[in-house]
Amino acid sequence: MNIVIVGHVDHGKSTVIGRLLADTGSLPEGKLESVKEYCKKNSRPFEYAFLLDALKDEQAQGITIDTARCFFKTESRDYIIIDAPGHIEFLKNMVTGASRAEAALLVIDAKEGIAENSKRHGHIVAMLGIKQVVVLVNKMDLVDFDENVYNNIRTEFTRFLNKININPVEFIPMSAFDGDNVAEKSSRAKWYDGPTVLEQLDVFENKKENSELPLRMPVQDIYKFTGEGDDRRIVAGTILSGTIRTGDKVIFLPSKKKSTIKSIEGFNVKHRDTAYADEATGVTLSTQIYIQPGELMVKADEKQPSLSSCFKVNIFWVGKAPFVKNKNYKLKIGNMKIGVKLLEISSIIDAAELQIDTFKDQVERHDVAECILETVKPLAFDSISDIDMTGRFVIVDNYEISGGGIIQHSVDNENTLINYIEDREFQWEKGTITSAQRNTAYGHKSKFIVITSGNEGNESRIQDVAKELEEKLFKMNYNAYYLGVGSILQSIASDIVLDYRGRDEQIRHIGELARIMTDSGQIFITTVFNLDDYEAEKLKLLNQPHDILVINIGESPFDSFKPDACIPIEGSVDRVCDILKNQDIILEYYL
Amino acid sequence: MNHLDKLEAQSVHILREAYREFKSICMLWSIGKDSTVLLWLARKAFFGHVPIPLVHVDTHFKIPEMIQYRDDLAFKWKLTMIYGENSKAILEKNTFPDGKIDRISCCKALKSEALKNTLSGEWDRYIMDLTTGKYIPDINRDRYTGVIVGVRADEEGSRSKERYFSPRDKENDWDVGDQPPEFWNQYKTDFAPGTHVRIHPLLDWTELNIWEYIERENIPITSLYFDRGSGKRYRSLGCYPCTTPVESTATNVSEIIEELKSGKFANIAERSGRAQDKDDGGGLETLRRDGYM
Repeated sequence: MNIVIVGHVDHGKSTVIGRLLADTGSLPEGKLESVKEYCKKNSRPFEYAFLLDALKDEQAQGITIDTARCFFKTESRDYIIIDAPGHIEFLKNMVTGASRAEAALLVIDAKEGIAENSKRHGHIVAMLGIKQVVVLVNKMDLVDFDENVYNNIRTEFTRFLNKININPVEFIPMSAFDGDNVAEKSSRAKWYDGPTVLEQLDVFENKKENSELPLRMPVQDIYKFTGEGDDRRIVAGTILSGTIRTGDKVIFLPSKKKSTIKSIEGFNVKHRDTAYADEATGVTLSTQIYIQPGELMVKADEKQPSLSSCFKVNIFWVGKAPFVKNKNYKLKIGNMKIGVKLLEISSIIDAAELQIDTFKDQVERHDVAECILETVKPLAFDSISDIDMTGRFVIVDNYEISGGGIIQHSVDNENTLINYIEDREFQWEKGTITSAQRNTAYGHKSKFIVITSGNEGNESRIQDVAKELEEKLFKMNYNAYYLGVGSILQSIASDIVLDYRGRDEQIRHIGELARIMTDSGQIFITTVFNLDDYEAEKLKLLNQPHDILVINIGESPFDSFKPDACIPIEGSVDRVCDILKNQDIILEYYL
Repeated sequence: MNHLDKLEAQSVHILREAYREFKSICMLWSIGKDSTVLLWLARKAFFGHVPIPLVHVDTHFKIPEMIQYRDDLAFKWKLTMIYGENSKAILEKNTFPDGKIDRISCCKALKSEALKNTLSGEWDRYIMDLTTGKYIPDINRDRYTGVIVGVRADEEGSRSKERYFSPRDKENDWDVGDQPPEFWNQYKTDFAPGTHVRIHPLLDWTELNIWEYIERENIPITSLYFDRGSGKRYRSLGCYPCTTPVESTATNVSEIIEELKSGKFANIAERSGRAQDKDDGGGLETLRRDGYM
């Protein structure tokens, strides 16, 4: 079991751990000696804390700067104790340590009392989802094991923890330095009849596996390794909750593509028909649908997650630069990466004091805030109160994970793209030539033609179709122009390593370009492999007030969007020309 | 799920993240039990395949059985097997066994330097030709931006502070004081040009877990770990001039597990047979900052 120790700097976390290791006989031979040797050499008194602060930097400063993990065992089970730094500067390290834990020991110095980080850490532990919190009232030897000191801390801190939805399991009066109530009951705190720290550890409950909840499996990758004649196409991922059985009908979100589980794959394991929560597994599907890493696999007959691009969240910020509006960030949830913006700050909660500060217009380092975020596309998620694994995300700012958050619920939001386009059109300065005049002069109407396909392998074939179409129209003396950005998009679609915002930005650029080209009277042709519903709608909107023609070749990549035509690859150029004629874009006959 | 299932699932998840995120990625294979477990976990993650090249830094002072074992397994499992070396130091006999430099400097030259330049592609790399089993010069000279390493947090102090995804700057430096946050299975997978990331899927494993997993999965490991009649066996593998076998009569995996659980090694640090750790106070730490694994 993973246990984290948190608390304000100098309240004695490392000493608690050093003492736990020593008293349970968990130190490897040589470790205690080498630290004692080190202390002797540097003429410093030996402290248990040095066992952990094994790095030179830390010994110099006397504070824990990073989380260290210690392994030890009691008679009932194995533990990993995670020592989280108490200094405010190292909050991101504390978060790192605490997020791995199933229970938290929060250390408070009896003499100094509740300090800023006692509260801040309490708050973040709550956000991280740790429900089992025990408060260690340490350094009781410095207050002569005074029951009143203990009771005051207990009362005040319980009030605070209850405000942030934590019910502390226990308050243990102790002295890590002397060993009171660590492994052995203290003879100096006879008024206390609760457990020692060690007894308390052994009654923490292990995290329940989430096999009872609805299925949530983020698609981590899709593998087609062909070595040794392997022809499996495996959708790989770690099951966050629920179970998968062969024959289950599944949906991938946000694309909404559907299929059925054909098999559950593994290496050096017996053949099985079921996989459970927490397994890193892989499945094959009965149909060859095109899905991308990052999508969320859910079951068709279970409770569906929310699908929204706008939601209310609680976040904590550890980035060096503040979290600001009108800046592009990257949001990572499950295996999905998506562009995100801070839309609104509802309130900044000063975690230490829990006073609401509504005047800030940015979220600063070490702040905890409630805000509204908007992603570039709808995202599949669950409210933190339903399924916490799919309700948590991180925000990346300039290569660094800078914040973490939990999603409360989706928020209705007026479409910001529509507002933008209304604005754009209002400000568009028009020349004196009208579209009708252009049509007469050019002998055709303008059109934005987007050719797409959902068939893997059609990536370059649709580009060939588009080029051929351009050539055919050009030879008929029409103003046709093919924009060859399909290959850029293709590499972005198949390789999310390049740039997470790349595809969305390209779509936006194409839409803006289309608006100009169609306005100038051209027939503007481009290809976008695996265009999805949101992207098609976006292109349509961006090209307004002019018209778009979406042609799908082969298998459709869309869920609900209706393309203007679905045609086979053979004869597709002629078919598109026929459609243009039918729509009176070009003439039936030309002279 | 038992504790080995959980460790396995987490390591597989990390390996898959790494494989998806880094275009130029490799896995360091020291031939020891840990990185061999890592290799096995890659086969778990990728359903029998190993789509990641394995890189070994050959000091030419490795125990000969190690190299034989490496090549046999690479050939059998059709691995993309690559090795690099500090050919200059070896040629000029500028090494500890040749009596020219001390242990730490030798580690630095034959391991840290060789590793740094092998990963960056500045020095020659050799790749196994899977039709003949012989090594030929590797034409790929790309810098590896993702490097998977089998370190464990329980090995010694500095390793217990590692991240699963740990960035290194252009000089291979590790800034212990300013490491990226990691939570909810989200790791640092975005990196500035010129930097690279070390990936540590085995961070939460203990020495005992490694052996339990080897037993459960029946992973073939080199026989140097077993007593073959001399009453001695290696507990940790390295270069023969600096690695001494321990007194032990364990002849198979289950005897080793028994030894670790309740026997003579229950409370003795694993690297106690590695001489370079003792030469200065923060020996391994000094080396690690410089890129040593």
